[in-house]
Amino acid sequence: MKVVLENLTKKFPSRDRKNREDVIAVNDFTFEIPDGKLIGLLGPSGCGKSTTLNLISGLLKPTSGKIYFGEEDVTKVPAEHRGIGLVFQNYALYPHLTVRQNILFPLQNLKGKDKLSKEEMNKKAEEAAGLVQISELMDRKPAELSGGQQQRVAIARALVKMPRVLLLDEPLSNLDARLRLQTREEIRRIQRETGITTIFVTHDQEEAMSISDMIVVMKDGVVQQIGKPQEVYDNPKNLFVAKFLGTPPINVFDASVRGGKLYIGEEGVLEAPGVTDQECYAAIRPEGFVLKEEGAFGCELKALEVMGRDISLVIKNSASQNPALRAIIGSDTPVDVTKKQVRFELKPQKVFLFDRETEERIFC
Amino acid sequence: MMSDKMGNSGLKGWIYLLPAILFLGVFLVYPLIDVFVYSFEEGYNFTSQTFWGTGLYNYSYVLHDPYFLQAVKNTFILVIVTVPLSTGIALLISVGLNSIKPLRNLFQTIYFLPYVTNNLAVGLVFMILFQKTAYTDGFANLVISWFGGPVIDFIDGPYWAKMFVLCFYTIWVVMPFKILILTSALASVNPDYYKAAQVDGTSKFRTFTRITLPMISPMIFYLVITGFIGAFKSYSDAVALFGTDLNAAQMNTIVGYIYDMLYGDSGGYPSYASAAAIILFFIVLTITCINLLISKKNVHY
Repeated sequence: MKVVLENLTKKFPSRDRKNREDVIAVNDFTFEIPDGKLIGLLGPSGCGKSTTLNLISGLLKPTSGKIYFGEEDVTKVPAEHRGIGLVFQNYALYPHLTVRQNILFPLQNLKGKDKLSKEEMNKKAEEAAGLVQISELMDRKPAELSGGQQQRVAIARALVKMPRVLLLDEPLSNLDARLRLQTREEIRRIQRETGITTIFVTHDQEEAMSISDMIVVMKDGVVQQIGKPQEVYDNPKNLFVAKFLGTPPINVFDASVRGGKLYIGEEGVLEAPGVTDQECYAAIRPEGFVLKEEGAFGCELKALEVMGRDISLVIKNSASQNPALRAIIGSDTPVDVTKKQVRFELKPQKVFLFDRETEERIFC
Repeated sequence: MMSDKMGNSGLKGWIYLLPAILFLGVFLVYPLIDVFVYSFEEGYNFTSQTFWGTGLYNYSYVLHDPYFLQAVKNTFILVIVTVPLSTGIALLISVGLNSIKPLRNLFQTIYFLPYVTNNLAVGLVFMILFQKTAYTDGFANLVISWFGGPVIDFIDGPYWAKMFVLCFYTIWVVMPFKILILTSALASVNPDYYKAAQVDGTSKFRTFTRITLPMISPMIFYLVITGFIGAFKSYSDAVALFGTDLNAAQMNTIVGYIYDMLYGDSGGYPSYASAAAIILFFIVLTITCINLLISKKNVHY
C-alpha cells in the first residue's frame, strides 16, 4: 500500500502566554511512500517526525493537507479504520495480559462480518508470534520478558491484523546497543517477509541508514531531504543534512573560493571549477582525508584512536571551531605519532561546499 | 571478628528501633492484649478492679443481647450497602472527571469538600434535610411530595427510612477520599495504552473493562479493604444523625454498642465491651481475608 502525503501541515496552539503564535510541528510535507518499502523518518528531537507518524496513524488530525493510502483519501478516517499497526516507543503492552492475550487483543475487537472464530484468532496470533519468533513466550506476562522480546511482542500485536501500513515510533531507542543491532535486522527481515509498507521514526541516523529503503531527514517540521540512504549521505542538500548523517560527524571548516580554487585558511586545498568567488563552508567527511607528505591541507595532530578496522586521527585546524576533528584512514596506513603536523590530500567527492548564509549546497 | 561486628550492628539496630517499639508496645500491643484478657474476665468490677472467674460468659451475654444483634445487623447492612455503592459511584465520578477538561479542578474541589467538613456539622445538615418536625416536613419530604409521595419521618420514623438516611450519609462522607484516590489512579495510567487500544479499534466499554479497570485495580482494592474496615468501625455517623441514644433509635452499630457498654447510661461493663470488640475484630479479620483471597485473582500489580 503506497502512502501519499500532500502538503501535510500540523500546527499546535501555543502554550506560551506572551507569544500566541502557533507552533508548526509539521510544515507542508509532501511525499509519496512507495508500496512495500521501509522508510525511516529521521531528525533531531522536536523536528516533527513523531507528529508526522501520528498524523499518518490518525491519532492526530492534520491542520491542513491530505493523506492517501493507495488511492483512498484517509485524511478524515479515524485511526481504528485506517488499517494501521502502530508500535509505541515504550511498546505499550498491556501488563496484566499474557503475550498471547496481548496479541489476541486487536483481533477480539473485530465486529460484524470481520469477527473471527476462536480457532482463527489463535491461528493468526500463532502466525504473528512465529513471524517475530516468540512462539515459546506466549504464556508469559510482559514484565517477564526482556526489552527485545517485549519489542517483538509489540510488533506481533501490530502485525496480527495484517495492517496496510506498519508504523514504528523509535523502535530501538529502549534497547541496549547489542540488541539494537540485532533488532534492526529483525525489523528489516519482518518487513521483507510481510511486504507491508513500514514507516519508522528515529533520531539515530545509523539506524535509519542501515535498514531503510529511503530516509526522510526532517528539521523544525520541514523536510530537508528525501532519498536512498547512500544518496543522501553522498549528496547532502544542505549543511544540516551533511552534519546529521555520518559517524564520526562531518568536519566543517570556514573556507572561501577564489578563482576556482577552494581555500581553507590560507591553503588552497582543492580545485573548485565553476564556483563563483565567495566565502563558504567546506564540509569534509572523515573518510575524505588521505594522509600524504606533500598533501595540500595541513592540520595539527592531537591524538590517534585505533579502532581495529581503521584509525581515527584527531586533528585541529584554526579554520574550524571544532577542536577535535576526525579523519579516518585505513589501519594499514603508517602514522608517525610523534609528528605535530600532518598533511592530507582530500577526496573531491567527500568535500561539500555550503553557502554561508543559507547553508544550502553549492554545487561544483 | 565477623560475628562480633554482626552482633554489634544488631544491637545498634535494636536501639534505633527502641523508641518505636516502646511506643507501639505500650499504646498499641498492650491494650490489644488487655482487651483480649478483659473479654474473658467474668463479672469484672470497674471500681474494685476485681472479677470472680474466667470463661466465655461475656461472649455468651453479648451474643444474646438483642441490642448487640441489632447493632450487628445495622453494621452489616451499612457495610454491604455503602462500600460497593460508594466505590462504584466514586469510580463513575472519577472517570467523568478524568474525561472532562474545563472546570475539572473546580469539580474536584467541590467533590472534595465533604472530606474537610466536620462529621457532626454534616450530620446536622442531613438532619435538617430529612427531619420531620411539628412545624415542617423537611426538605426531603418536600421533594417527595412534589412527586406525589407520602410524607416520611426519616429521623424518627420507620427503620428502613432511618437506615436509608444513614447509608446515604455514609456514602456521601466517604466518597471524597475515594474520588481523590481514583482520579489520581486514572490519571497515572499511561495514555499510550489508550492510544494502542484506539488504533486497534477497541470500543470505549472494552477499553474501560479490559484496560482501565485492571490498571487501577490495586487502588480499587485498597479502597474496598479500607472501606470495609471503615464501615465496620462506623459510629460517629449514626450519632451525628440520631443522637447518642442509638439503642432506642434502633440505629446502633457495633462500635456504638461497645461505647455504650463502657460509658453509656447503661454502661460500666468493660468485659462485655471487650467481648464485643473481639467479636468485631474477628468479623473484620474474616472479611479482610476473604477480600485478599478474591483480590489475588482480580488485582494486577
